[in-house]
Amino acid sequence: MYIKSVIAGAIASVGIAAAALAADVKVGFVYVGPVGDYGWTYEHDQGRLAVEEHFGDKVETVYQELVPEGADSERVMTQMALQGADLIFTTSFGYMEPTINVAEKFPNVKFEHATGYMRADNVSTYSARFYEGRAIQGHIAGKMTKTNKVGYIGSFPIPEVVRGINSAFIHARKVNPDVEFNIVWIYTWFDPAKEADAATALIEQGCDVVLQHTDSTAPQAAAEKAGGVITFGQASDMAMFKPTPRVSSIIDDWAPYYIARTQAVLDGTWTSTDTWDGIGPGMVGIGEITAAVPADVKAEALAMKDAIASGDYHPFTGPINKQDGSVWLAAGETADDGTLLGMNFYVEGINGDVPQ
Amino acid sequence: MFKLEKRPQQSQKWIYLSPFLAVVITMISGGILFAILGENPFEAIRIIFWDPLFDPNFASYSRPQLLVKAGPLILIAIGLSFGFKAGVWNIGAEGQYIMGAIFGASLALAFYPMESKLIFPLMIIAGALGGFLWGMIPAFLKAKLNTNEILVSLMLVYVAESILASVSQGLLKNPDGYGFPGSRNLQKYESAANVEIISNSGMHWGVLFAFITVIFSYIVLTRHIQGFNIQLTGEAPRAAKFSGVNPTANIVFCLGISGALAGLAGMFEVAGPSGQITIEFNSGYGFTAIIVAFLGRLHPIGILLSGLLIALTYIGGELAQLMLGLPGASIQLFQGMLLFFLLATDLFANYRVKIGTN
Repeated sequence: MYIKSVIAGAIASVGIAAAALAADVKVGFVYVGPVGDYGWTYEHDQGRLAVEEHFGDKVETVYQELVPEGADSERVMTQMALQGADLIFTTSFGYMEPTINVAEKFPNVKFEHATGYMRADNVSTYSARFYEGRAIQGHIAGKMTKTNKVGYIGSFPIPEVVRGINSAFIHARKVNPDVEFNIVWIYTWFDPAKEADAATALIEQGCDVVLQHTDSTAPQAAAEKAGGVITFGQASDMAMFKPTPRVSSIIDDWAPYYIARTQAVLDGTWTSTDTWDGIGPGMVGIGEITAAVPADVKAEALAMKDAIASGDYHPFTGPINKQDGSVWLAAGETADDGTLLGMNFYVEGINGDVPQ
Repeated sequence: MFKLEKRPQQSQKWIYLSPFLAVVITMISGGILFAILGENPFEAIRIIFWDPLFDPNFASYSRPQLLVKAGPLILIAIGLSFGFKAGVWNIGAEGQYIMGAIFGASLALAFYPMESKLIFPLMIIAGALGGFLWGMIPAFLKAKLNTNEILVSLMLVYVAESILASVSQGLLKNPDGYGFPGSRNLQKYESAANVEIISNSGMHWGVLFAFITVIFSYIVLTRHIQGFNIQLTGEAPRAAKFSGVNPTANIVFCLGISGALAGLAGMFEVAGPSGQITIEFNSGYGFTAIIVAFLGRLHPIGILLSGLLIALTYIGGELAQLMLGLPGASIQLFQGMLLFFLLATDLFANYRVKIGTN
C-alpha cells in the first residue's frame, strides 16, 4: 500500500513538475558537505553546474547540501524523487543503503551512488581512482620531507581511504626508505575544527608533509600557519593555498560523467553501470605542481602521471608485501580491482593497524 | 526608558507564553534572513511550517516522517527532563543513544538469521540496558567521587562514538559487506525490524514508546512521590534533604531513566529508520533533545509538542533547501535562532519590563 501510494504520488508530481517547468529532465544531487567546502562537495557541485551549462533549458538541477549519512538522507532522496527528479546522484559512501532503499520505491527514477558497491536495475555506482593521484603525492612527499615524517589525516577506515594511504606510502618509501607515516583517523568527511586539530597535532609530532582524505581546507590553513609544512589539495585544487603549503592536488572532475549520464537519461539509454575511472579518462586530475617542488621532482611526478594515464604503470605493482610480511603481489604482478575495492589492510612498513 | 525588575516569583504565564513568542520572533527573523538571501520570506516560512503537513505533493510522505523524526527526540527529551528538573545534568544522551543501539543491534545480530517473536522484545530490553549502563557511569562517579556529571556524561559521548566506529568495522561488521564498515541491515531481518505499526503512518514501535513515555512521565511527575522528590530536589535541595530524599538514589534514578530512554531511542532507530550500525549512525538526536526538553518547559506535554515542532523545522528546512535552493547553513541558523530566542524570551518569566524614566 505504502509503496504504491508513494509511487503514485511520484508519478503525479513528475507530471506536474514537467508540465510546469518544461525542462525535459530534472537531476538531483545529494551532498554530504556544504557546496562551499572547496573540496569533495565543491567539485560535485561544479559537476552539477557543468550539467546546467551544457544542457541549458533542457535540464533542471536541484541539490541539497549538508545531508547526514543514514536515515536522514533517505528522506532527502525521497523528497527529491517526489519533487520529480529523474536522475539522482548521491555523493557519499554512507548514502549507499538509503539509495538502494529509495530506489526500490521509485523504479522509474535513476540513481547514481558514488564510491559504493551496491547496485540495482535503477542504481549505478561510480567512483574515481584517487589512488593514482595518491601515488604521485607519495612520490613528492617522500622526496620533500626533511623530518622523514609524513602525516595523514584519514576520514573513515573504509577501503577507499586505506587504498590511498597504501598508494601514497608505497611511492614515498620507494624514493625515501626512511619515511614513516603517522595516520590520524577523525571519523568525519567534513569538520574544519577536527581537521585543523589533526593537522596541528601531526605537525607538532614533527610531520612536515600533511596529506588529507577529508574535504575542507582547514589542514591547509593549519600548515600555512605552522610554516615549513607542505600539503596537497584534496578532491579539489584548493588553489588559494598556492604555492605553499599546497604544492599539488588531486582534482576530481565529475562534469564529463554527469553530463554523459544526464544525456543517457535524455536519450532513454541509461542503464545500470559501474564506473571506476582514473587519470587516463580524466576523472582524476593532478593540480599544478608549484615552484616549491624542485624541478627534477616535478619532472618525475609528471612522468609518473603520464605513465599511469597511458596505462604503462599501475600504482600497485609488485613486489608488495602486506603489513604482516606475507606476500601480496609478486614482482611485476598488478593488483586486481576486486582486491583494491575491498582493501582493508596496510602494506608492509606502515605502523599501526587499520582501526577495527 | 525600559527597566527590568526582578519578579518575586517566576511568572507562570510567561513560562508558557515565551516558547510561542520565541517561535514567532524566529519566524520574523528567519523571514528577514531568507529575504536577504533573495527569497520570498513568506514562501520560505510557508514551506518550512506548512508544506510538510499540507502540501498535496509532499504531505502524504512528510507527515509520517514527522513522527519518525520526533519519536526519538521526545523519548530522549522526556528522560532528560527528569534530571533537568532535579538539577542532574545529563548532557551525554547522545552516547547513551549510541550504546542502546549497539546493545540492541548486537543482540539481534547474535540471533541472526534465526526468526523468533522473542527477538524484538529482547532487543528492547537490551537497548534500554545499554543506555542505562552508560548513564550509570557518570551516576556512579558522581555519587562516589562527586565528579561533575556534565563533563563525564559529555565526554562519554566521544567514547561511545569510538566504540561505534570500532564495532562498525569489527565486531558487528556485515560479513557480506565486502570489507566495508557497517552492520547487516536490520530492516531486512524480519524478527529484528522495527516496522510501522500502521502502514504509511510513520508510527513505528519507537514512536509508540515515546507516546507511552509521555503519559508515564506525566503520571510520575504529578502523582508519584518520586516526581515530588525530583521537583523538590531541584527547587529546594536543603528542604529535600531534610524531608529524607536520598541524593544518591535521586542521581541514579535521573541518570538511569534518561540513559535507558535514550538507549531505547537508539535501539528503535537502528532497528527501524536507520537499519544499520554505521560509523555515522548517530545524527545528533541526543543533543537536539536537550533543546526539545527546554523548549517544552520540561513538561511532558510541552516536550511532546516541542519535539514535533523541532521535527517540523528539520523536515520543512530540508524542503526549503530543496524547493528554494536555500543554503543548508541558513536552515541551521534558523533552527539555532529558535533556541536563542527562547532563552531570550525566558527573561520575561523572571523579570518584569517597566517603562519609565527612573
